[in-house]
Amino acid sequence: MREVAIVAAGMTHFGELWGASLRDLFVEAAQGALTAAGTDHLDAIYVGNMSAGQFVGQEHLGPLMADHLGMAGVPSVRVESACASGGVALRTAFLEVASGASDLVLAAGVEKMNDGADVTAILATASDQETEVYHGATFPGLYALIARAHMAAHGTTEEDLAWVSVKNHRHGALNERAQFQRELTTDQVLSSALVSEPLRLLHCSPVSDGAAAVLVCPLDQASKYTDHPVVIRGTAMATASLALTDRRDMAFLDSVAASGARAYEMAGIGPEQVDVAEVHDCFSIAEICCIEALGFAPLGEGRHCARTGETALGGRIPVNTSGGLKSKGHPVGATGIAQAVELFEQLTGASGDRQVHGAEFGLAQNMGGTGASSVVHIFQAV
Amino acid sequence: MAGIAGYGAFIPRRRITTEEIARQWGKDPGTIQRGLMLKEKSVPGFDEDTITISVAAGRAALARAGVSPSRVGAVYIGSESHPYAVKPSGTVVAEALGIGPEVHVADFEFACKAGTEAMFVALALVESGRVDYALAVGADTSQGAPDDALEYSASAGGAAFLFGRDDPLVEVVDTISFTTDTPDFWRREGEFYPRHGGRFTGEPAYFKHVTEATTRILDKTGLKPEDFRFVVFHMPNGKFPLSVGKSLGFTREQIDPGWVVPTMGNTYSGSSPTGLAAVLDVADPDDLILITSFGSGAGSDSFVLRATGLLPQRRGLAPSVRSMLDGPRRYVTYGEYAKYREKIIVND
Amino acid sequence: MPSPRYWREIPSRYRLEATRCGDCGRVSYPPRRICPECRSTDGETIELSHEGRVLTYTVVHVPPDDFLMEAPYALAVVETPEGARMMVQVADCDPASVEAGMMVALEFRLIRREGKGGILCYGYKAVPAYPMGGEAEAELRSKESEVAHA
Ligand SMILES: [Zn+2]
Repeated sequence: MREVAIVAAGMTHFGELWGASLRDLFVEAAQGALTAAGTDHLDAIYVGNMSAGQFVGQEHLGPLMADHLGMAGVPSVRVESACASGGVALRTAFLEVASGASDLVLAAGVEKMNDGADVTAILATASDQETEVYHGATFPGLYALIARAHMAAHGTTEEDLAWVSVKNHRHGALNERAQFQRELTTDQVLSSALVSEPLRLLHCSPVSDGAAAVLVCPLDQASKYTDHPVVIRGTAMATASLALTDRRDMAFLDSVAASGARAYEMAGIGPEQVDVAEVHDCFSIAEICCIEALGFAPLGEGRHCARTGETALGGRIPVNTSGGLKSKGHPVGATGIAQAVELFEQLTGASGDRQVHGAEFGLAQNMGGTGASSVVHIFQAV
Repeated sequence: MAGIAGYGAFIPRRRITTEEIARQWGKDPGTIQRGLMLKEKSVPGFDEDTITISVAAGRAALARAGVSPSRVGAVYIGSESHPYAVKPSGTVVAEALGIGPEVHVADFEFACKAGTEAMFVALALVESGRVDYALAVGADTSQGAPDDALEYSASAGGAAFLFGRDDPLVEVVDTISFTTDTPDFWRREGEFYPRHGGRFTGEPAYFKHVTEATTRILDKTGLKPEDFRFVVFHMPNGKFPLSVGKSLGFTREQIDPGWVVPTMGNTYSGSSPTGLAAVLDVADPDDLILITSFGSGAGSDSFVLRATGLLPQRRGLAPSVRSMLDGPRRYVTYGEYAKYREKIIVND
Repeated sequence: MPSPRYWREIPSRYRLEATRCGDCGRVSYPPRRICPECRSTDGETIELSHEGRVLTYTVVHVPPDDFLMEAPYALAVVETPEGARMMVQVADCDPASVEAGMMVALEFRLIRREGKGGILCYGYKAVPAYPMGGEAEAELRSKESEVAHA
């Protein structure tokens, strides 16, 4: 396998972007990456997208996006793994370049969620339609069940959950592309409206529009596009049962642990060597489960990390310096790529006020459903 | 002799009081409570309908009978609130209970006597030897128009009776049906609430048909009111069954055990069947029981039943009617009631 | 929900049919062709008991449009005595009273309706396991005469 690097990134603002369509969002992010790399050539495009068919009634995104990017003719395909679609697009692009099949591939993610559709029902299609959604399950509802299981097993409290939101908003306040560039207090979180007990509105990531894109090429060709490439040292994916009821332990995300372990092995590092991480905090409980499954905190101890500052900027292992899904926003299909964009910037020293100084290794973890799929990438500055 | 091999009932666990409904419409609760003799009524949840009530009651009937569902050859559901206008309730009930597919299924409608109508046919099918067992259910999630007298009584619940030839809990001694065309109460296709003829529903409708059917079955069997330990009449409100019972020579002691209406309301097709189930919960071997239903339109079915020694042995296998009436229940406000009964217009 | 998709699931939705693995004993609900534990295809169809225990639960305040009229509702993972797990609503009680470890009965209910004119979709909901028989029933029975003369 060839060594593969990210050489350029592009990203839209995340938020309620009423004036932008699905294709507008993709074009802005993709063109941003192409411009940064100074190229107007691509060998292939992978578009991560969860559900344009349901959100805006549009399938067959590969050719649509290639055409609007002025690249009709280029192989282009949409990849889907619910909220992990972006991460899977990056992994697919990596595999195509590593194999030698292509030399310059665009991995993008896009979602247009604010277009009038029943978002709760659409997101719920990423869980089991026959056994969960049939009975009225929603995504916040399923993560609430995970939260209750985690509380019962490890003593996690609603305040512990609130601290995750507070910490990520503190980071997001420094990110000009974030949907919510403002800080929160635990009181605000704990007095926000109940969505699905014990989760409140401010424990949940928002409904967002946005797109992100990165360009990947063989490391030995990176200098054509940038002086500061970031190498993809590890890429791994794992799956678990779609239905929560089929999990051996609802408070532990097996797919996150497995994808993490495989990525660490491929990269030849362990969690203690990671300097900065973006994890999938679609709900505050998810960040706690993810940092435990990835080895950033011992099992049952993840609940303390946001409050103690261990996972905050300046802490032992800063997590979600971008603001995470909670503050930056969560246009589902774009999220996995946006995590890579944040780490590309962190590892090239381009993160401004959010910069983790001297960061060498970054880890991105992106998951679909209630952790039925998880993708982990490990990046290294060179 | 053919009879009832198993029986069961189900009453939803929500209640609304007569007082709460009266307050909504600016009426004096005391006058209505005394006039209709109604204290409260059952209210179905958004998730309860004739089908779910029939499944719960039918499951209890099968449990008390100890009969394999595969031996049930007919399923008849009597109701005036079948959830589908076209598509049977009985197919869902049969599948859920594990009955069939070699089974005859039909939905019955005859206002408030659809339940006894189903019983009448199920019994006859068993007596003819055509099937081993036949399940008959009377169940309703009754509708009454807002601020109508019916709103104080129209409630939800039902009872199921499994008829069979061998080892019945209750033998059927005789039956009779008395029917005329009397438009005292109706609901046209596509209409949401039923309409009625006011006081015309009394003398020429309820009282005439109940009296005729009861008198005729007493004549036919040569029995007198005092031969019965229990009697159940259709219960459109608290008062009518007591009045008709008194005029026919029955006492409160005979009527009260099956007189479930003050706290259940009128479950329409489920009314007299649930009253009968309440009687079977307490009857002793050899007790004679008389039940006369009434359905607007109009007609009455009468059954003379005799309890056997099996009845006391089997009734503990499912919950009693009184345990459901007096057991855990939640009182709802008129606003919640309006929501559950879909009286509030919402967007699709 | 298109009616074929609903109809296909009737055995598990109406009768709680499940698969018990002939090799490792794992019970899967709804039925599966291949055991998720040991990949055995030697499964036996069983019917689950109509009772169970709440493992974890939530109260949904923001529902999908189809469940708007029912919110807030309790949603729980229930384990039956056979070891099968299912996600069901907990009905007929204050959602705030639902808790882990609570014993429930499974009752046949209308789960969802496809708009105003579509099919009605049935299945099971959990309800608190109410006392039946024994002293609790006797106590209720003793109130009979009072109620009858109310
Ligand atoms: Zn097995």
